[in-house]
Amino acid sequence: MAMLSSPGGPAGIGPAGIDIADLKPGLGDPVHDSQGIFRILLEAMARPGKVMQFEGGLDAPTPLDVATTAALLTLCDQDTPLWIDWIADTPPLRGYFSFHCGCPLVERSQEAAFALVSDAENMPRLALFAQGVDQYPDRSASLVIQLSSLVEGPATVLRGPGIRDQTVLKAAGLPDWFWNDWRLNAGQFPLGVDVFLTAGRSIVGLPRTVVVEA
Amino acid sequence: MPQTDNQTAAAPGAGEGYNFAYLDEQTKRMIRRCILKAVAVPGYQVPFGGREMPLPYGWGTGGMQVTASIIGLDDTLKVIDQGADDTTNAVNIRRFFARTAQVGTTEVTEEASIIQTRHRVPEDPMTEDQILVYQVPQPEPLRTLEPREIECRKMHAYKEYGLMQVSLYEDIARFGEIATSYSYPVMVNERYLMSPTPIPKFDNPKMDDFPALQLFGAGREKRIYAIPPYTKVKSLDFDDHPFRVQQWEEDCALCGAEETFLDEVILDDSGGKMYVCSDSHFCGRRRAEGHVGQLPDTAAAAYAAAVGAQEAPDGDAAQAQGEGET
Repeated sequence: MAMLSSPGGPAGIGPAGIDIADLKPGLGDPVHDSQGIFRILLEAMARPGKVMQFEGGLDAPTPLDVATTAALLTLCDQDTPLWIDWIADTPPLRGYFSFHCGCPLVERSQEAAFALVSDAENMPRLALFAQGVDQYPDRSASLVIQLSSLVEGPATVLRGPGIRDQTVLKAAGLPDWFWNDWRLNAGQFPLGVDVFLTAGRSIVGLPRTVVVEA
Repeated sequence: MPQTDNQTAAAPGAGEGYNFAYLDEQTKRMIRRCILKAVAVPGYQVPFGGREMPLPYGWGTGGMQVTASIIGLDDTLKVIDQGADDTTNAVNIRRFFARTAQVGTTEVTEEASIIQTRHRVPEDPMTEDQILVYQVPQPEPLRTLEPREIECRKMHAYKEYGLMQVSLYEDIARFGEIATSYSYPVMVNERYLMSPTPIPKFDNPKMDDFPALQLFGAGREKRIYAIPPYTKVKSLDFDDHPFRVQQWEEDCALCGAEETFLDEVILDDSGGKMYVCSDSHFCGRRRAEGHVGQLPDTAAAAYAAAVGAQEAPDGDAAQAQGEGET
């Protein structure tokens, strides 16, 4: 990152108006931390519904949890437009991701490769994110949705690739329409969004292949 | 890039001057995002920005880029080439990651956390804690039928796979059976037609409901695809011509195994030959356990003369499978 120097800029203010004075640090060891975090994300995506835990220290910026922050720091860079929901979209957080990831921040959810949702109750419907296209279903958004808990919510039965027989997810704090939208999302396979649900240090992957039982 | 502090550096000077696992962090992040999308859309080939690796295309550059993007200091890597741990390709790739990523390496299937493979699935069962990385020469199963990439992409998009069925039917009409013996096309999760890479069709059934994550990397073609664990993988066939795997009348001449994939090994110029397990670790372990194969007398003599103390030759595997790439 060659962003620290800003000739002519006011003290403490980096390029693009990032206030680096109060900036929280990113990953302590960017190479090995991001590798370890990626393997957790990969395991989560490969085994939907399995609750994975992040270990290691990370000083997450308000209002984000460790898992949310770690996932985005590991995956985002200048090639991935990031959309941040209204609650979390504050100058310090914008500065945090601009500085550590260098990712463009977008206003329209449809343009984002990654979306950060800290207030799930008021999040946009899943159809308002990039769904991919017929010939390139990989060009769809990945959502990181921060919840209060992944083990104390209402039980949802999941099936699909990566799941042996079936598994139960107990995510708390998802909006009422979420699982209904999820059926629509899974129904348009191979298009659709992929989701990471986070809470504290926990993370669960929900690839678009996951089928939710009625 | 920030300097990394590798306390576990294997040898003085190991990997000096390179980022951890050779690739730079930006490249690894790009590949990691592609891997996640590949897992989310099983069997779909995700394009990625393939990098130059310090060895030629056809030697596993795709598999190596996938491995480099997932491997960490805690991993133990096994690399096999046509089932064997001791061939040039396998030894070189293992040494490459020992140097650039300071990881431990092994030849023992159950000890490995990541197994990079060229054209075989290990005979020993794999577990949920392992990842199998395939080196892929040609990721597009439709390429021999439709040379245009743009058309192949449409066929995948609209699940238009009749052409492949016709090709298999032509085999039946001409030979009485489906003659494809390697790179036998599969349907993943009932949606995407996928090339299982030039593994022998003997290994196709293992891919179905496999406990480990399977990742595929094609360096020259710049594609990554994946099969999540416990995913339905079905080899294409017809109701009246069900899918069948190869069978041998012989057992392994070294360890006597009856249900493994065998390589034909030519021993001399007068027709001497024997069949041995292509999976060198599996065969070696069985021999260590006391299993003995029936080495024909002529073969034993010729074998002793030809290779001496060197065990488990595997050089003819490419010939046996018909394709020497990746």
